[in-house]
Amino acid sequence: MTIETKPQVDSRSSVTYTDARLNANIPAGPIEQKWSKHKFEMKLVNPANRRKYTIIVVGTGLAGGAAAATLGEMGYNVQAFCYQDSARRAHSIAAQGGINAAKNYRNDGDSVYRLFYDTIKGGDFRAREANVYRLAELSVNIIDQCVAQGVPFAREYSGYLDNRSFGGAQVARTFYARGQTGQQLLIGAYQSLSRQVAAGTVKLNERTEMLDVIVIDGRARGIITRDMVTGKIESHVADAVILATGGYSNVFYLSTNAKGCNVTAAWRAHKRGAFFANPCYTQIHPTCIPVSGDHQSKLTLMSESLRNDGRVWVPKQAGDNRAPEQIPEDERDYYLERRYPSYGNLAPRDISSRAAKQVCDEGRGVGPGGLGVYLDFSDAIKRLGENAIRARYGNLFDMYERITGENPYKSPMRIYPAVHYTMGGLWVDYNLMSTIPGLFVGGEANFSDHGANRLGASALMQGLADGYFVLPSTIGNYLATGGYDKVDQSHPAVQEALNEVTQRTQKLLDINGTRSVDSFHRELGNIMWEYCGMSRTKEGLTHALKLIPELREQFWNDVRVLGSGNELNQELEKAGRVADFIELGELMCRDALERAESCGGHFREESQTPDGEALRNDDEYCYVSAWEHMGDPSQAVLHKENLEFENVKLATRSYK
Amino acid sequence: MKITVNVWRQKNAKTKGTIVKYNVDHVSPDMSFLEMLDVLNQQLIARGEEAIAFDHDCREGICGSCGVVINGYAHGGQQATTTCQLHMRSFKDGDEITVEPWRAKAFPVIKDLVVDRGAFDRIIRAGGFISAGTGSAPDANSTPVAKESADLAFDAAQCIGCGACVAACPNASAMLFTAAKVSHLGLLPQGQPERKTRVLNMVAQMDTEGFGGCTNIGECSAACPKEIGLHFIGRLNRDLLGASLTGGSSVD
Repeated sequence: MTIETKPQVDSRSSVTYTDARLNANIPAGPIEQKWSKHKFEMKLVNPANRRKYTIIVVGTGLAGGAAAATLGEMGYNVQAFCYQDSARRAHSIAAQGGINAAKNYRNDGDSVYRLFYDTIKGGDFRAREANVYRLAELSVNIIDQCVAQGVPFAREYSGYLDNRSFGGAQVARTFYARGQTGQQLLIGAYQSLSRQVAAGTVKLNERTEMLDVIVIDGRARGIITRDMVTGKIESHVADAVILATGGYSNVFYLSTNAKGCNVTAAWRAHKRGAFFANPCYTQIHPTCIPVSGDHQSKLTLMSESLRNDGRVWVPKQAGDNRAPEQIPEDERDYYLERRYPSYGNLAPRDISSRAAKQVCDEGRGVGPGGLGVYLDFSDAIKRLGENAIRARYGNLFDMYERITGENPYKSPMRIYPAVHYTMGGLWVDYNLMSTIPGLFVGGEANFSDHGANRLGASALMQGLADGYFVLPSTIGNYLATGGYDKVDQSHPAVQEALNEVTQRTQKLLDINGTRSVDSFHRELGNIMWEYCGMSRTKEGLTHALKLIPELREQFWNDVRVLGSGNELNQELEKAGRVADFIELGELMCRDALERAESCGGHFREESQTPDGEALRNDDEYCYVSAWEHMGDPSQAVLHKENLEFENVKLATRSYK
Repeated sequence: MKITVNVWRQKNAKTKGTIVKYNVDHVSPDMSFLEMLDVLNQQLIARGEEAIAFDHDCREGICGSCGVVINGYAHGGQQATTTCQLHMRSFKDGDEITVEPWRAKAFPVIKDLVVDRGAFDRIIRAGGFISAGTGSAPDANSTPVAKESADLAFDAAQCIGCGACVAACPNASAMLFTAAKVSHLGLLPQGQPERKTRVLNMVAQMDTEGFGGCTNIGECSAACPKEIGLHFIGRLNRDLLGASLTGGSSVD
């Protein structure tokens, strides 16, 4: 295997920041040497001493599961937590398409530098160069690690690993396991974690929800949890805490996230002092199954890999409601191929989603309500045969048929964009540490690597890079540096956090109003989708900022949570999460309002080119927004971490 | 559509449960089975009754959280379909549907339709892994794996750990679940060093958890939403026999 890198240039880190707490701690030196050099310079914990340190890991998806397993292997005393009944069920499991790695097994010109470049460009120049370079560098180790664990990636007849292409790249660097790559990678991490549970280095607490962070002398020293079966609220103290609790797409109510995905852990940390970065950066995935009615509880994604063989189109004429087979070729508009000839149907997610919205807004959408476009496989079936298509996408086609009752081999799929991923998250430095010392954040829960738009097959890569390789190194440095005292459960700050959580839980039960938790969640989702969704305006966001506090007020006066706190109570769990989503929604709208430029997934109608493409404003907005909590989302203070591009030239992102 | 559902209600592990009848109006054929339960729960909350507890998460058939017995069938009896992917268009207006939790000694009921499947995790902990510590891996392409083996390993690896196999088995056996993991890892070159101890330890744990024995009835595979084949049980038995003969030693 050869990895090409760019010729070395002498560049010092020159990231500037407006607040001492926003020092990204990027190591000096050329970008390709930063991580190696940093690893050497970091302090280590002697193997014999590691068991004396307790590390809490919240979340058991790719980032959390991998971190807990690896820290356990290293000999640390790990306490892991998940809200699911088993660590194997975290939502990483639902990722379909694949995982990127700069292996260059295809010999098609890939390299670490190219993956780095594609990711920076894909993120619309709103990510930190040093973090992204490290991610690209570690991508190759991830594939090695997963194969060693027994992850059954797709192979060719030679026995070597197969690759496919994904959006935003012109090389085939995506490794995959049919349409279940996330499942297979997560099971790999879960098996490693299980081995450590058996070895006694990891204690796993399932059906346990984190409800607060314990901060003592300015450092994260533990968490407060609720046992979801008995209702018991407990404290856990530690030397460091890792949050790997995923994203917040469910603020929109309808998203492709699992029903349980929530922002509570991250939001509680934010309220205790962790800055929240770029909350308005959300990813709308272009290929999801459209909404079928008011009963809809979640949306289902159809993997982006389908766009390798499917062609996206709508009728040229608005209001043309003939069946797709009856619309002749010259009356169809393959709008992605037309507008973006070099990337065609594999244009990145933000661009494809917006293009779908535009044609639907023009009245050319298909299916009930006109909120859909066709994803048509008939050409590929003619060219390759139905069996070849079945071998590639069989499980996805079956899933589509199960949900819609329509056969995609016979007529085109109908798809529409849906909220899928959140690039924003808790602010972290190069070591993945938040603004609360000792509180580390990995995976989707942090903001670090995807800028304003994430490329396909990069989420799995980031989760595993953070979990297997970054956090286990940087946490050791934090622990070895020391400077804090031992604490136990009797510390007043622990008791105070326990009391706060207990009171808040009781308050939700005591309101005894008239409206269900879901009704509030749906209303919040509608506001967010309408005003802070695929396209945003000053006027709309200002309106949302009036509606959301009113909704919050109503929620705390009128929500109905039945049952008690001392038992399995799913309505109570949801109520706590929705309360936090309402606050987050307000901060998202403030962030979207403040960023009066378009970049990646954040499209401000006021900032577009004459042909309707996103218009970035590097002079005024080339920074990370990091919000500090000041008692209420309306009072949150914005801090800025300026982004400096030393290796990649800031350029207009074009896929034409 | 209008539907009548008979649902198992049980306050907690200590109290006895009972079937309660509910009417659900305005059921759309496009709803998933769980969305129908959502609608029922909203009705219950509106009239001041506690919602029915059930496990669910991804609602796309991959996390393995959901699973109830519907009219006597685990996940409702539609081939290769989890409860969340079962849609109301499989039912008719006026149908009466009975919904119960998984029934197995090793899966005690926690509340209503929620059961404790921790026994599955303990089986995996007993040996369902390859001991490849982070950082020790050689280049991924250094060991080619025949496509046929890799594909078969994948078929077994698709198990989502939902527990339908146990619920469907008259003996409440966890044989298909255990066989899927033993086969997945045993079919790959990386899984060979621990192959014998793995099968011995996992089967021993399965027995400890109180799952029943396998009598080759095949209901497990029929109910499996990922269509994991019975032939994997044959593989497990072959590995188990071989491992027992050498006492788990990898040296013959």
